[in-house]
Amino acid sequence: MARLFDVRRVIGGLFVLYGVIVTLIGILDGPSELEKAQGVRINLWMGLGMLAFGLLMLLWLRLNPPPPLEEADEDREI
Amino acid sequence: MAGLRLDVGFVDYLILAVYFVTVLGVGFAARRAIRSSADFFLSGRSMPAWVTGLAFISANLGALEIVGMAANGAQYGLMTLHYYWIGAVPAMVFLGIVMMPFYYGSKVRSVPEFLRLRFNRPTHLFNAVSFAVAQVLIAGVNLYALALILQALLGWPLVVSIVIGAFIVLAYITLGGLSSAIYNEVLQFFVIVAGLLPITIIGLVKVGGIDGLFEKVRQSPLGEAGLHTWSNTGGTDNPLGASWIGIVFGLGFVLSFGYWTTNFAEVQRALSAKDMSAARRTPIIGAFPKLLIPAITVIPGLIALVTVQGLGADEGAYTYNNAIPLLMRDLLPNGVLGVAVTGLVASFMAGMAANVSGFNTVFTYDIWQAYVRKDRDDAYYVRVGRIATVGGILVGIGTAFIAAGFDNIMNYIQALFSLFNAPLFATFIVGMFWKRMSAWAGFWSLLLGFLAAFTLYILHLTEVLKFNSDLEQSFWGAGLAFVTAVVVAALITPFTPGKSEDELRGLVYGTAGDTLVADRVWWRNPVLLGVVAVILAFVLYIPVW
Repeated sequence: MARLFDVRRVIGGLFVLYGVIVTLIGILDGPSELEKAQGVRINLWMGLGMLAFGLLMLLWLRLNPPPPLEEADEDREI
Repeated sequence: MAGLRLDVGFVDYLILAVYFVTVLGVGFAARRAIRSSADFFLSGRSMPAWVTGLAFISANLGALEIVGMAANGAQYGLMTLHYYWIGAVPAMVFLGIVMMPFYYGSKVRSVPEFLRLRFNRPTHLFNAVSFAVAQVLIAGVNLYALALILQALLGWPLVVSIVIGAFIVLAYITLGGLSSAIYNEVLQFFVIVAGLLPITIIGLVKVGGIDGLFEKVRQSPLGEAGLHTWSNTGGTDNPLGASWIGIVFGLGFVLSFGYWTTNFAEVQRALSAKDMSAARRTPIIGAFPKLLIPAITVIPGLIALVTVQGLGADEGAYTYNNAIPLLMRDLLPNGVLGVAVTGLVASFMAGMAANVSGFNTVFTYDIWQAYVRKDRDDAYYVRVGRIATVGGILVGIGTAFIAAGFDNIMNYIQALFSLFNAPLFATFIVGMFWKRMSAWAGFWSLLLGFLAAFTLYILHLTEVLKFNSDLEQSFWGAGLAFVTAVVVAALITPFTPGKSEDELRGLVYGTAGDTLVADRVWWRNPVLLGVVAVILAFVLYIPVW
């Protein structure tokens, strides 16, 4: 099988993006959002949490990359 | 059901759109790695254990499961935990420790194929066809359920949701095959958790933590009984209406083992693992998140019970099934709301994709290649698999529209196909441990076991026999099917020829040779991990005895 991209990159990428979006929303949250969420700054916390999780996935990929490919038969599709 | 409509904003749709684009991107990227049918149907047997393990649990974490378990939490209280701790974890560990050496070691490509090698072609065909039909119909049920919830939450017309949902799953599986399904399942797992976690967090803040929640449940109609799992099971006077015997043997043994150990949509994830050790660890790694998933299903169910006025209506927006959507409406501000909607949509697609990828493999390998066109080149079968995916999804769409016309048909479809599980498990377990069991005994065990469960189900529907609940009926049906299958195997085997030692190599206990070698590293030992998972399940029960 040809090298499949690593799923950690996808998870990391998506969660970093979600983390940034939700954190920004969290910074801008007004009193009505806070009241709905029982006073918890949920967007801020979840946003930072997702951002951290995404970065950890990317860090894991960096520290422990997939082993190199043996045969090099790229770019042939069925 | 206008009462369920969420106040979604631009950012929530942005989060959902980003998810759709990512899922399709995974499909396109996975396509580049497909060289052979083994790549398409089995991910080239190349996946690491943590990936297959999370995909294993994600394939089960369909939205029907999430929404249904939250509903059970609100209705039955903490006894719902039995579906996780005794009704799933032991079976998953058993699959990894005891059965996986036969599945993975025999190099079969599907569960029906194992039956062909161990028994004969009629057994194989019976199982392959019933499985294939079940998967496309259940995919349709998932699709319909997705459309229903999107209609309620976002106001999308049913047709639009059915077509969009089907198109996305179709695209990523046709393109990338099982790799694409598995990668997306792992992604879905994390999105589902991230989406549902805020409900638990804010909900618990609202009711004053776990202690506050339990105190309020005591004052609810469910009462003290809703806070115990075992202490009222000496009789059937508890919310679930089941005694400990029914829970241990019916749910914990027959139903659970039948589902987890023989359902190809699950087992397929383990077959794609890169080696025997990873394959055996797949269901066991899945067991650990399974232990904790009640925190985002059962707990929100209880929170809904004590915070949503009028929950438990027979119809309309306030049925138990809407426990999670109602909490999303009440508690989540825009932002995390978008993640939660995305998580729900993701879980529908995870369930459906598991069905579809199981279907296309069995259709191609076990029906088309085995009985229709035998000796074509490998690329031909990849094409068949892609066409089967399209065909299966079209049938699924048809089922979704039929379900839209007949409300209860969803329940009947699911109940009907669950009848196949218990006899299948009985046939497997006898066949794996009793060398002498003959080929025809396999066929008759499967068929008569199914007919026994089916008869009991019909008698239940027509009210000839009365049970306390549907759940109690399913315990008895599964038990009867299991016993029937075992007895039939014992009766037929003496009168029919067995299979030779040679034919059974690697398929039956005692002929497998050296497949049980453990991993070199102790913390990757499947037996050790499995035992830890079961002990954790026990420990978790203690505070909610």
